[in-house]
Amino acid sequence: MATKDIIDTLAGIEPGSALDTIRARRLQARDNAQQSYLSLFEPIDASDFSLVERAAVALFVLGLHREPTVAAFYRAKLAAIADGARLVEAIEFEIVRGETSGPYGAFPAGPLSVENKAGLIYRVSAERKADLGGRLVAAFEHAHLLVFRPRDAAAADMKALLAAGWSNTGIVTFSQLVAFLSFQVRVVTGLRVLGASLGRTANAAVGA
Amino acid sequence: MSAASNVNSPVVFTQDELGWVSWIDPLPEAELTERHFAGLVDRSRSKSEYFRLLVRDPEVLEARTKTDKDIFYNVADGLPRAERELAAAATSRHNGCIYCASVHARFASTYSKRRDDVQRLLDEGVGADLGERWNAVVKASVALAATPIAFGPDNVDELRRAGLDDAEIVDVINGASFFNWANRLMLSLGEPSK
Repeated sequence: MATKDIIDTLAGIEPGSALDTIRARRLQARDNAQQSYLSLFEPIDASDFSLVERAAVALFVLGLHREPTVAAFYRAKLAAIADGARLVEAIEFEIVRGETSGPYGAFPAGPLSVENKAGLIYRVSAERKADLGGRLVAAFEHAHLLVFRPRDAAAADMKALLAAGWSNTGIVTFSQLVAFLSFQVRVVTGLRVLGASLGRTANAAVGA
Repeated sequence: MSAASNVNSPVVFTQDELGWVSWIDPLPEAELTERHFAGLVDRSRSKSEYFRLLVRDPEVLEARTKTDKDIFYNVADGLPRAERELAAAATSRHNGCIYCASVHARFASTYSKRRDDVQRLLDEGVGADLGERWNAVVKASVALAATPIAFGPDNVDELRRAGLDDAEIVDVINGASFFNWANRLMLSLGEPSK
């Protein structure tokens, strides 16, 4: 039995439950999923990617996934940071504008081109650009690409981030953050679905 | 920064060994400190451009690497390695990561001895008929890769009917979810080369 980590909290896994016991068999993965979260949101060095930027990108990414429990967690995180609360409204506005379904995008030209799937190329609205600032505008546009159409990524996207003031190291941490959240929200959702099915099985057994 | 035209990029999914070229600057090997080597976990990874790029944030790389290794290499119990690799390959095929798919398709072939079936996943895509058990793993991986996430009770039922127990289903969830992390890094920070 272990103390609850973020994934347990978000997936509703209680200490001593069946899923807690299963997660304990992959203790290194469990501990390091938590450590990944801590390294991204409580870093020892935030000079290339500020804490408020991290929480802002997280809320945007989770909002796009339409997972309310997880999004609420990151919304609270952003709102708790000085200078973060003022961004929430603009981000919620942009989430609605960015909502779509993925993955889509283009493959390298060739036999796979028949599988190309067109979709929204998201750009931050003109009226929210001033609220977010140039770095977050570039970050949100790239985060939307990472969430929904990662196969569209090109060298030019790195240039756009660099031009908006992101350093090489900042780009690495920002990319890790979006990619990690894509992992975390899937583990949470997957475990929640599995946990609900265990409930169904247990209830059925009681009924029988 | 490398220009796309300098790289001989693959245009199909393959089990061949591919290279990977970064679009932004990896750390030079000569600049790596003990903090970076801790982040690399395996010292030999300092030879890889990809890991020398990610090691710009050593703490995140270290935690990610240890998460990865336990999900895929800890086979004391749970889902056979071949099917964890299948989940990784199917996720990569669906998201469109030719590099990740090449590595994990090779692993799936090695551990399953079903190279032709793995190749059909790459050639035909995630709709290829690979038999009940593999189909269930691929379908669950595809549902998890969707945004918004499409994984639901039907996926769990299908995996159970295919013979997976709850711990094995957790391995599918972890393996497929992890590749939604890996694919996004590999696809967006550089490109594969032949």
